[in-house]
Amino acid sequence: MAINLDRLVGFHHTAVQLRTDRMEVIAGNLANANTPGYKAQDIDFNIAMDRALKDQRSPSSASGGLVKTHENHMSGGTRTASSFDLKYRVPEQPDTGDGNTVEVQAERNRFLDTGMRYQASVEFLNGKIKGMKKALSSSGGQ
Amino acid sequence: MSLFNVMQISSTGMQAENVRLNTTASNIANANTVSSSYNDTYRARQPVFATELQRAIDGQTLGAGVEVKGIVESDAPLQVEYAPHNPMADENGYIYKPNVNVVEEMANMMSASKAYETNVQVADTTKRIFRRVLQLGQGQ
Repeated sequence: MAINLDRLVGFHHTAVQLRTDRMEVIAGNLANANTPGYKAQDIDFNIAMDRALKDQRSPSSASGGLVKTHENHMSGGTRTASSFDLKYRVPEQPDTGDGNTVEVQAERNRFLDTGMRYQASVEFLNGKIKGMKKALSSSGGQ
Repeated sequence: MSLFNVMQISSTGMQAENVRLNTTASNIANANTVSSSYNDTYRARQPVFATELQRAIDGQTLGAGVEVKGIVESDAPLQVEYAPHNPMADENGYIYKPNVNVVEEMANMMSASKAYETNVQVADTTKRIFRRVLQLGQGQ
């Protein structure tokens, strides 16, 4: 049986990347908590994850594998979440007076929540890597 | 590494809030600075925040940081006071006081320090997570 490292860590790898993207977006929301007119954004994790896994299964259609037929074509990045996954948040309080829709407490909670889930993913990855190390070491896991 | 982007974004937030704290401190410190002419009087200063869109458009980051577009001086009317015995009084006996609203500035200061704190917390959480990632696969 061939060892496929990609299959070993693939799922969690994608999850970790998406979590980082989401943390980035929420950090942006928090940094712009006092910017007039700023609208809070977020990534729908389920939709983004579905798309990322679909891309993983058929790499030819993935954003990373864009075919360039003209020098002015933009190169597809390797990031998992794209600007298409970004959605504006519907605020609890419709108008704060300056058009800003960031609810700091809620965003803080979301940031910490995402951070915790990120750590869980890292923990899973750690377990996988440890298992693989054990399987690879000749002395049976010493 | 997009975890660096999170750090970068929260640092733009800290910088912007720092500017706001600075202007607030300056406003409060100068709240009682009198002068003898209308034009020379200190005016309340406020920073203008804007979303750092260019880097987000360039696709470097998903989230967007914040930047200070500039600092504007308030054009609210100054307080003119008749005080002929004040050494700063002009020939008609008037002194000019800044248009700083101290109560407003105090609220501003609280808001800025809270926002700064939030950004620090974001950076701190990111740092902790980063450390965990660096330890990936270490130990038995």
